[in-house]
Amino acid sequence: MRRKPFPWHITVFLAPAVIVYTVFMIYPMLASLKFSLYQTVEEGRQVFVGLGNYAKLLTDPIWNEPFWNAFWNNVVFFVIHMTLQNPIGLFLAVLLAANIRGAWIYRTIIFTPTILSVVLIGFAWKLILSPTWGIWFPLLDRLGLGDNEVAIALLGNESSALITLSLISVWQNIGIPMMLFLAALIRIPHELIEAAQVDGAGSWRIFWRIQFPLIVPTVGIVAILTFIGNFNAFDLIYATQGALAGPDFSTDIMGTFFFRTFFGFQLRPGDPNMGATVAGMMLLIILAGVLLYLYGWQRRMEEVQF
Amino acid sequence: MNHRLTKILAVAALLAATFLGGAFAQKLVIESWRTDDLKLWKDVIIPAFNKHYPDIEVVFAPTAPAEYNAVLDSKLQAGTAGDLITCRPFGKSLELFNKGHLAPLDDLPGMENFTDFAKVAWTTDDGATTYCVPMASVIHGFLYNKDLFAKYGFQPPKTYEEFMELLAQMKKKAPALAPLVMGTKDQWEAATMGWHNIAPNYYGGEAGRRAFLAGKEGFHTDGFLEAYKALAQWAPYLPRGYKAVSYSDAQQLFTQGRGFIYPAGSWDIGVFRQMNPKLNMGAFKAPPPAGATKSYISDHQDIALGLNPASKNPEAAKKFLSWLTTREFAELYGNALPGFFPLHNYDITISDPVANEFLSWRQTSEGTFRMTYYKLSDQKPDAETDLWTASVNILNGKMQPEEAAKWMECRLASWYGPHKHFASELNCK
Repeated sequence: MRRKPFPWHITVFLAPAVIVYTVFMIYPMLASLKFSLYQTVEEGRQVFVGLGNYAKLLTDPIWNEPFWNAFWNNVVFFVIHMTLQNPIGLFLAVLLAANIRGAWIYRTIIFTPTILSVVLIGFAWKLILSPTWGIWFPLLDRLGLGDNEVAIALLGNESSALITLSLISVWQNIGIPMMLFLAALIRIPHELIEAAQVDGAGSWRIFWRIQFPLIVPTVGIVAILTFIGNFNAFDLIYATQGALAGPDFSTDIMGTFFFRTFFGFQLRPGDPNMGATVAGMMLLIILAGVLLYLYGWQRRMEEVQF
Repeated sequence: MNHRLTKILAVAALLAATFLGGAFAQKLVIESWRTDDLKLWKDVIIPAFNKHYPDIEVVFAPTAPAEYNAVLDSKLQAGTAGDLITCRPFGKSLELFNKGHLAPLDDLPGMENFTDFAKVAWTTDDGATTYCVPMASVIHGFLYNKDLFAKYGFQPPKTYEEFMELLAQMKKKAPALAPLVMGTKDQWEAATMGWHNIAPNYYGGEAGRRAFLAGKEGFHTDGFLEAYKALAQWAPYLPRGYKAVSYSDAQQLFTQGRGFIYPAGSWDIGVFRQMNPKLNMGAFKAPPPAGATKSYISDHQDIALGLNPASKNPEAAKKFLSWLTTREFAELYGNALPGFFPLHNYDITISDPVANEFLSWRQTSEGTFRMTYYKLSDQKPDAETDLWTASVNILNGKMQPEEAAKWMECRLASWYGPHKHFASELNCK
């Protein structure tokens, strides 16, 4: 029996992706992980400290307080996205899938903030909520809330800043789950819905019994994309609150914590080794979430795929 | 043949002469973070220098402020940095000197034109070696809207008690205007224009600062604690929604005449002149508490110029540095950048009346720099960033002054040797 010749053409097709991915993704990631196992003792000299940096990050109060603060803030950030962005995105998608008039206009308008630069979004919202020029103050005065301590400084109060920023982010990103859900909803064969209508099912029932079960895989994908996006988030907080993620670190999330650690802040020079350690923890958290999704959700989903 | 060779040589010599005549014999490159001053250096300072030394070409090559430290470090390591290096105050420059990236300048002619206080930000801890030529400092104080003061019949306060009384009057008589224009959103203003501005009057300037460094005083003792308490009184007089008011918001509010008093750094003067040339500003220094015999101001060394030991033209570079110590440079620089005050010993006049007012306080008050910048921010958690957090928390009502002072002291005592004893005295966890 003759062996088949080695399929060289496959290598040729794979090569560009493999090379680019290795050089720009895999190598930097491994280098960064390696970096987190070292400590700089003096100019240019690195010593291997094993998991010492991770131990320091999790046990030394100077490090673990801001770390857990950033982690829990990030959890809140994620929970708000999961409970608002995705259900509302789904709701909008169902409305758009129902062939309402001018659906494409709504679709475009709702999707627009997603393609705008985060810096622009942050700046625009800062202006809207600004106590000096914003339209927020006149609005509050009309509503009789002009004296409310929290309402007049949404981005300045610890109780409201993180929630406000999460809502801005939801407002900006809602187009993505909406589009993904919409694409999935359109793929559902029309006969199924028509048959249900003939059987006398209302919209509510059609949604829960037919549409939702058929787009459950997309729900999982949207959830995991939200998770990854939220735990990697940085730009919106940095653009509106600065690197210190004020007030009193109440809007500090993993990304801003990493930024301050790696690049330093004000009088403190950065600590690239500890920065790489924080990045390593971010990778670990995201990896844990993704594995949970792959084994806990994706596997079960394979049985319902159609 | 011989004739032709002579001809060629003559042409070559002529060409060489033209090139050399057109270009300068020596070239100096200045590294800096002052991108805003590019035009000033090109049009004013360098031409003035070239009047004395026409054969030295000087190129001012600034990098964006936020990137300066990182860019400079990599250039120095790669050996591509310029001949002259603009020095940040305190820790950063000391680090460069210790690594051999800044040359000692004690023998430089003209260094006698600076006091020890002017040089402190660029001198080794033992006071033995100075490695940068001081250029300018910034002074803290309060700017006020003269027209609004005249309209309501207010006078600048002399003591802190008068100051608080004045703020209360403002709130009563003009509820629509902010008595004190400052926000806490960007955090640094609360510490820099707030605490650093008024605190020297409470802890007693340089003497208090030294006692603090030696571990005799802490953030929770005497004048230091009093300064937190004084700052806490500002909260009711800040603009509406001040927790979300940023630095640029505050600048706008003040220049638009929507508030009476602006806690300032002197660099704001130049900015305000541009934002609203018609604004009628006055200034008063941080008012000392009633009964104080002496008054203190924050006079913070901010910018200096040092010599890169790897420079190929050290002699020319030293000529330039020496020129920086002259009265001519001091007057040129001080007038071109109102609010950046030359640190030289000369009595110079600044044409901007408000900037001149700030400068005059050096005669009546003792200067000191922002105390957290020296040594206290060398390790994590650094006292300066903590001061931002603490000052904001006090003004936002999240911490009581005593609580904030104790929090800061405990964080500092966790690593700063001379303060270790406070850790047990305060029962820090």
